[in-house]
Amino acid sequence: MRVTLFIPCFIDSLYPNVGMSMVHVLERLGHTVEFPEEQTCCGQPPFNSGYWDEARSVASKQIDVFKDAEVVISGSGSCGAMFKVFYPELFHGHAREVDAKALSSKTWEFSEFLVTKLGVADLGARFEGRATFHDGCHGLRELGTKQAPRELLKHVKGLDLVEMTEAETCCGFGGTFAVKYPQISTAMAEVKCNSICETKADYVISNDSSCLMQIGGWLNRNVGSVKCLHLAEVLASR
Amino acid sequence: MISHQGDREAILGRVKEALREPAPLKHPAERSAGGEPTTAHFREWLPPVGAAIEERLDLFRKLSETLRSELIACASVREAAAEIASLASAGGWKTLALHQGELVDALLPLLPASLTILPLQSGYDKDQLEACDAGLTECDLLVAQTGSVCVTSKNSGGRVLSVLPPHHIVIARTGQLVTDLTEAYQSLAAKYRDGYPSMISFITGPSRTGDIERILVLGAHGPKRLTILLLP
Amino acid sequence: MNTLAEPPSQQFHSDANRSSTDAPRRAAVRRALSNYQTARNRTGATFTDWKSARASAATIKHEALNHLDRYLEEFEQKFTARGGQVYWASDSKQARDYILELAKKNNVRAIVKSKAMTGEEIHLNQALLAEGYGVVESDLGEYIQQLKGEPPYHFVFPCMHLRRDEISDLFHRELGTAKTDNPEELTMIARRVLRRAYVEADMGISGGNFIVADTGMISITENEGNARLTVGLPKIHVALIGIEKVVPRLADLALFLPMLATAGTGQHMTGYNSMYGGPRQTGEIDGPEEFHVVFLDNHRTRLLADPEQRDALHCIRCGACLNVCPIFKNIGGHSYGTTYQGPIGSVITPHFRGLEDWKHLSGASSLCGACTETCPVGIDIHHHLLHNRRNAAAQKPAKGEQLLWKAFSFLMKRPSLYRFAMKFAPLGGLLHPLVQGTPMDPVAGWTGSRDFPAAPLGSFRERFRAHNAAKQSAAHTGGAR
Repeated sequence: MRVTLFIPCFIDSLYPNVGMSMVHVLERLGHTVEFPEEQTCCGQPPFNSGYWDEARSVASKQIDVFKDAEVVISGSGSCGAMFKVFYPELFHGHAREVDAKALSSKTWEFSEFLVTKLGVADLGARFEGRATFHDGCHGLRELGTKQAPRELLKHVKGLDLVEMTEAETCCGFGGTFAVKYPQISTAMAEVKCNSICETKADYVISNDSSCLMQIGGWLNRNVGSVKCLHLAEVLASR
Repeated sequence: MISHQGDREAILGRVKEALREPAPLKHPAERSAGGEPTTAHFREWLPPVGAAIEERLDLFRKLSETLRSELIACASVREAAAEIASLASAGGWKTLALHQGELVDALLPLLPASLTILPLQSGYDKDQLEACDAGLTECDLLVAQTGSVCVTSKNSGGRVLSVLPPHHIVIARTGQLVTDLTEAYQSLAAKYRDGYPSMISFITGPSRTGDIERILVLGAHGPKRLTILLLP
Repeated sequence: MNTLAEPPSQQFHSDANRSSTDAPRRAAVRRALSNYQTARNRTGATFTDWKSARASAATIKHEALNHLDRYLEEFEQKFTARGGQVYWASDSKQARDYILELAKKNNVRAIVKSKAMTGEEIHLNQALLAEGYGVVESDLGEYIQQLKGEPPYHFVFPCMHLRRDEISDLFHRELGTAKTDNPEELTMIARRVLRRAYVEADMGISGGNFIVADTGMISITENEGNARLTVGLPKIHVALIGIEKVVPRLADLALFLPMLATAGTGQHMTGYNSMYGGPRQTGEIDGPEEFHVVFLDNHRTRLLADPEQRDALHCIRCGACLNVCPIFKNIGGHSYGTTYQGPIGSVITPHFRGLEDWKHLSGASSLCGACTETCPVGIDIHHHLLHNRRNAAAQKPAKGEQLLWKAFSFLMKRPSLYRFAMKFAPLGGLLHPLVQGTPMDPVAGWTGSRDFPAAPLGSFRERFRAHNAAKQSAAHTGGAR
């Protein structure tokens, strides 16, 4: 299959390894991976801030970029949800509503694409360690992704996956919220990270790098010993 | 002087104006085969209750236990009276308030002579009722699905007999047990075709609160105990 | 809390910031809610299909709200035919004045009140006390808050933030009772005081959970029995209720009562669910001589006029969205500065009290969607927070922020400029001067409490290009072999 990657701006610049891991996993499965270089940002920051005109103009650009894609795979549940759920709402009643819906219907979150679309659970990955999984809110509640990443991790040899009590609790990132309301955002990170630490895990894994930036930011400052990994990085390791 | 109805016309006018554009229905309910909206079909999504009377009774018994209601099966009115007598002596009751009704009237002559009876009639003394040790009432229905006792101002001694004394005793017949709330409302609608009592109340367990640290405490205001005497 | 001088957004910022670092209080709130989720999940699982039940509830509420005029009139006709009286109040003052007038006309001295958020909304107690009436809140949590002189912390669990020792100290100070750390003993202290209040009151004031149109009844849900007593013993009953609380049919309560209980507290049915269709009827032993229903608009029609957000009026005030909200759990109920706290409060308050003054509440959310997921009547709560943000930006854009997003969109529409910026100033370094020194500054906001990831060597696009080049040359080499 011809698979087109949507690598959100912060993964592009801050977490290139996440994108490359996705490439490796998909290529090992025999798919052709494309990355249109014209892509930039999904437009979620201005959208979430209420500036929908500005968001629409950014979004419109992405709709063009991915027009010819067969399937679009996102390594971030949040940016994926922007394509899949919020573009149709953003363009509701606007000229490009049909195009927005078309992009929405061919967009997949990475784990959901592997498990639901391709029917793959065992990628032959090996990763030694004790880990817990964080459900990113947009992936979980906008896209309904809960079991797919766990299904994939279950098949990773050497990995000991333990659930934390606050797995579905928001980490407090929320895009611009994290910098507009840093105290609240940090309090939320603390709750999340305490729950992670309770599991005595060495790693916290998620399918959303934006959450991991928040979680990792707090853990590095306050704990230091727990490492953050994107699901793709675990699945790509051998 | 305030006008009797206040801003009736202005508010209704604003409502009508606001509703000129309809709102989308975002979560359409499943539709029945006939194409009717499911407003009446929600019954099947709610906690299920068995059809047989034994299943209903089992569920009611189980829920009573969870709710900390005391459900006592009594073979006869005489046995029910004996239960009340033992509750009275164990609780050191002096006064029992009650109302007139077929079952209560049958119980009355069998109650211990040591108990002072306060028969509730129109214009009772509030202080006297407040000082009673227990209240005895009949009910309209029992609901298996929720473990509830349905009382009304008509058939349960008015509005407060079932809720002011610290111990509420209900005398009921097994035949009064309905399946679920839908059946309860159907049954009430049929019974009160000519006018509902001014109060219908589903009582589900004794009075309770969780207001202090969300810890359950029984008897916040009214009955600390709810005893249901169930006749065949 | 200097609410008079401070604009709501400043009050919110300072209270939320203070509360979110108050570790003991946050722990107490989390502890109080720890059993809620378990109980709720357990009870929810007894439904054969919670989602379909929720869709049914949403459908019924949609029907009720979209024909609100018809159902209110139907209620009025049925209710007045049974001797009840309906008063329509456009705003707080009208509602307060009517109730004061009733009290005066009937020589009322003592008033007992059962829990009514509408009462909080219109500041009823303050108005009654100012006119010399004694008012006692009878719900235990409300009573505690009244003694403490604080508004409710949570619109279903008014004093959930208080520990037992704080309540014990409060009772000791206000009532002269011995100190105890036993919740049951504390409850019994309040019980003794409040039982006298019911007997002595001439007027009982309640709220209402549902307005039942087809039978002309008000339905009240409670656990303690205090509302039963409040509307059973005094000679006048006043129910103050928002016009949106309509259900078309009495039979609809067979759905709403279990759903309210499950979502609200995790019970399968709340202790007392009572429907009142008029004052004492002929042949009845007791009950009030007069029953007044006060319909409160107070800007509900403003929200009704917005079809996009009309479903926010479906709310049955179960409080579930507060119980699951990570913001609520960390900043607490008082930080909101509103009658209705939490996610639903952040949605409706801007409609009730003005978008410009209350838009900050919609901004203070990570949009995690736990509220929408838990809502028993299918309100798209967190999407409405987005709608409020959009409407606020359209109504009065914040100049600096608007400029930032214009620049952002300018950059993001131009991939080559974007690539250039990413290469030389990763993650919007180009935009940073725009926000430096403002509350929008991501660097200052972030690094105060969290580390920033170390910049990697090379972006994804560079590595992907290299990867493809390597693959191609490998293919060539392979071909030549």
